[in-house]
Amino acid sequence: MQSTPATALSITVNGQSHDVEATPETPLLYVLRNELGLHAAKFGCGLGQCGTCTVHQDGQPIRSCVVPVSEVAGTEITTLEGLGTADDLHPIQRAFIAEQAAQCGYCIPGMMMTGAALLQTTPEPTDAEITEAFAGNLCRCGTHTRIVRAIQRAAGNVAGTTA
Amino acid sequence: MTAPTVSPISRRTLLKGSGGLVIGFSLAAAFRNAGLLAQEATVAPIGTPAATPSTEPGLIGTPAAQTQEDIQTRDVSGDTIDSWLSIDGQGLVTIYCGKVELGTGLWTSLTQMVVEELDVPMASATLIAGDTLLTPSQGTTAGSKSIQVAGPVLQQAAAEARMVLLTRASERLGVPMDDLQVEDGVVTALFDATKTVTYGELATDTFGMEITGDAPVKAFDTYRVVGQSIPRIDILSKLTGGEAYLHDLTVEGMVHARVVRPYVRTMDGIGATLGSLDDTAVRAMPGVIDVIQNGSFIGVVAEREEQAVRAADALQVTWAQTAPLPDLGQIYDLIREMPAEEEETVRTGDVEGAFASQTARMLEATYTQPYQAHASIGPSCSIADVRADGATIYSSSQGVYALPAAIGPIIGLAPEQVRIIYKEGPGCYGHNGADDVSADAAVLSKAVGRPVRLQWSREGEFAWEPKGPAMVMDLRGGLDNEGNIVAWDYTVFTPTHSTRPGGQPGNMLVGQQIDPPVEPATLGQTGGDRNAPNNYSIPNQRLTVHWNETPALRPSALRSLGGLANATANETFMDEMASLAGADPVEFRLRHMADPRAVEVMRRAATRAGWMARPSGPQFSGVVPAADGTVTGRGFAFARYETEFAYAAVVVDVTVNPADGTVRATRVVVGHDCGLIVNPDGLQNQIDGCVIQGLGRALKEEITFDGSAVTSLDWSTYHIMGFADIPLIEIELIDRPDQPPLGAGEPAICPMIAAVSNAIFDATGARLRNGPFTPARVLEALAAVTG
Ligand code: FES
Ligand code: FES
Repeated sequence: MQSTPATALSITVNGQSHDVEATPETPLLYVLRNELGLHAAKFGCGLGQCGTCTVHQDGQPIRSCVVPVSEVAGTEITTLEGLGTADDLHPIQRAFIAEQAAQCGYCIPGMMMTGAALLQTTPEPTDAEITEAFAGNLCRCGTHTRIVRAIQRAAGNVAGTTA
Repeated sequence: MTAPTVSPISRRTLLKGSGGLVIGFSLAAAFRNAGLLAQEATVAPIGTPAATPSTEPGLIGTPAAQTQEDIQTRDVSGDTIDSWLSIDGQGLVTIYCGKVELGTGLWTSLTQMVVEELDVPMASATLIAGDTLLTPSQGTTAGSKSIQVAGPVLQQAAAEARMVLLTRASERLGVPMDDLQVEDGVVTALFDATKTVTYGELATDTFGMEITGDAPVKAFDTYRVVGQSIPRIDILSKLTGGEAYLHDLTVEGMVHARVVRPYVRTMDGIGATLGSLDDTAVRAMPGVIDVIQNGSFIGVVAEREEQAVRAADALQVTWAQTAPLPDLGQIYDLIREMPAEEEETVRTGDVEGAFASQTARMLEATYTQPYQAHASIGPSCSIADVRADGATIYSSSQGVYALPAAIGPIIGLAPEQVRIIYKEGPGCYGHNGADDVSADAAVLSKAVGRPVRLQWSREGEFAWEPKGPAMVMDLRGGLDNEGNIVAWDYTVFTPTHSTRPGGQPGNMLVGQQIDPPVEPATLGQTGGDRNAPNNYSIPNQRLTVHWNETPALRPSALRSLGGLANATANETFMDEMASLAGADPVEFRLRHMADPRAVEVMRRAATRAGWMARPSGPQFSGVVPAADGTVTGRGFAFARYETEFAYAAVVVDVTVNPADGTVRATRVVVGHDCGLIVNPDGLQNQIDGCVIQGLGRALKEEITFDGSAVTSLDWSTYHIMGFADIPLIEIELIDRPDQPPLGAGEPAICPMIAAVSNAIFDATGARLRNGPFTPARVLEALAAVTG
């Protein structure tokens, strides 16, 4: 049933190397969720339109639903699980929890990945810069205001305190 | 609330009326572990042992209580304390609830209400909900009714549980119940602090008692947890990649599926039957397990998700259309003309007489509401494991209790053989694809004999979800010589707003496609007249509802149902009447409003917004275009949800660009009264959501279709609010702790479209009556004004 891939593909996710069973053109998102059991990145559209699947490739936010897994070989993929865990939260997770920035929450992991990447390049973003960075992230529940507040809070955390 | 209350003093010391009521505790069945099973990732299929029995000491019940048989025989009647609550030897409380978490924070608020009555810490309580074998049915989780309706039920169960525990403590400690107090699950004698016993120590057996309705619930002024902004109990898992959603579950042996359907959904089903299917190539694709065809239902099952996606894309299918869709441009004429059941639901005074004899000036206007989508951020998903002797189905349905009877017949099982376990999905905002996908997954699992995970595609969700229906509202109003309203005649053309499963296989999309197809069953006419009756004091009124029988697209519940469209019509027309009277729109409303709570909500919103009394319109505001040509305006609107529940008033500030027709909301102020506030922060979160979704529905959202299919199938064709569109939001919460808590997930969305329309009028003098207020429609309205 399961065809063996012709060439073994290896990707690095959250600092660990993994051999991939999926064929090279498979979107990275399916590999993360179904092979590696990393569920923070979500399937929202599969079309690169909503941002729920956002992860980092060498620190840059990418839409894992439209990036073939073969394209990320040789790069560093980071998922939300690689930023922080329930026991050891990343500042951006702490900020989102402090602001209670979630309704259904389905979009939020993607929001945090977008936010974390923004804060790397722009440690003290203006609201306008946040709006710009989040242009490709959708939230149906209308949690936007809290998301922006959480990013601002995280900016304070990142600048002022340790993780 | 009708439940009796006790004074603060007696609450701490005594629960009256409980002496001598304790009965023999006979059943040794505790379901805590069995219940937790339901939240775990591994499905325990019916017919196999459910779990390894816990050997942890101190739990009430025995390992035997965790067998499949015990799950099957758990009391879910709702008549007993045990059907709602259990406490284990550690004092940990499990709440068994029939209302599910839809992303609103409901489970946090309900837990607050229970721990308040029990006097235990938040952290000691877990909540299990929406498992048809473990939790009592509390119907569909909808209509913002959960806090309002389910909250008091759980409070009462907790109050009765507390009484049982105190009775046991009294016997154990040899202290009268009057002289006991409880703090964090520890019972202590008031006059002898050495006499103490924990709830865990008292939990030697089940409660074993019926709900009497007699146990007093706490007085609101003694609340310590209710009314606090307790953080969401579900947030950590959601924000750390936990198995927070159905979509994240993995089940042993699970395979993946996609379904293939045309992109349309009419009142009678999919609107097309299968023409031809060529699956030869697909069957040879890597990982493909089977291509299932049953009547016009087609699905592919593969080992891996991406294989199922590719196989579905590769399938060669043609469809024979049975029900062409009407021309979208003619839709509102069609709604007026289609067969309808007519019903006069309000008649006060003599409307025609008042128009004829008392009316000095009159006005007529028609408003339209477009088809709009639930547009959940993730497509619906389900995991089904269907065996010969039973099925376990994970579903994000709002109405899990209605699914066994709806799905059972489709997969050849009796309803009792179908267990539905609720697991959260992305915010649904009503009857989206969550029910249908569950039936689809069940059919596919039965066909391949393995657990199947099925997530619809983005396009599938947009095409196949039932729609918030298009509506037409005709209004006529008359002013007397003093400029007060004497006559109000409201006519609404609407289909029903519910085609939920309702235990009917014909209401499942797959049920309508299989061979032989099952006819959809009507659940009656509902929701289309929500908020059509207004709250104003108007002597002569009439409300006529035309229930459309053949809507173009299958309608069902979308946030507030008809409430949003009807509040839009009522509150925009109210503004038009105020203009006709030359009055300030807030003063004009207050003049016609007798309900003091409504008056206060309106006043608070207006004051917070810095409302300046004057008639609406650029000639009164003196607004001059900014350097970029934009003009600003401000609109007001009010609604009381379902005309009888929570109150919301909104003030919306907009800028309008007359050159390109774009409208931007810059600031929204909300006044809100939903009685007792259980969780202020959670409430503000819900109101933010109402405001933002309401703005989207005012300005952007519209389902489009051509003659054969829905054409708004992704986020580039169905537009919702983005970060660039978000206004400043300010909320005035009015807490009324002495009043019953009312649902808050929908009230504040109802006045949003009207407030935007009224603000655009204030800025430009152009009336927008047909949503959404896209640049094209705004330009058209502006052209009509400037002639
Ligand atoms: S799921 Fe990747 S952008 Fe929507
Ligand atoms: S919180 Fe539900 S989609 Fe953003």
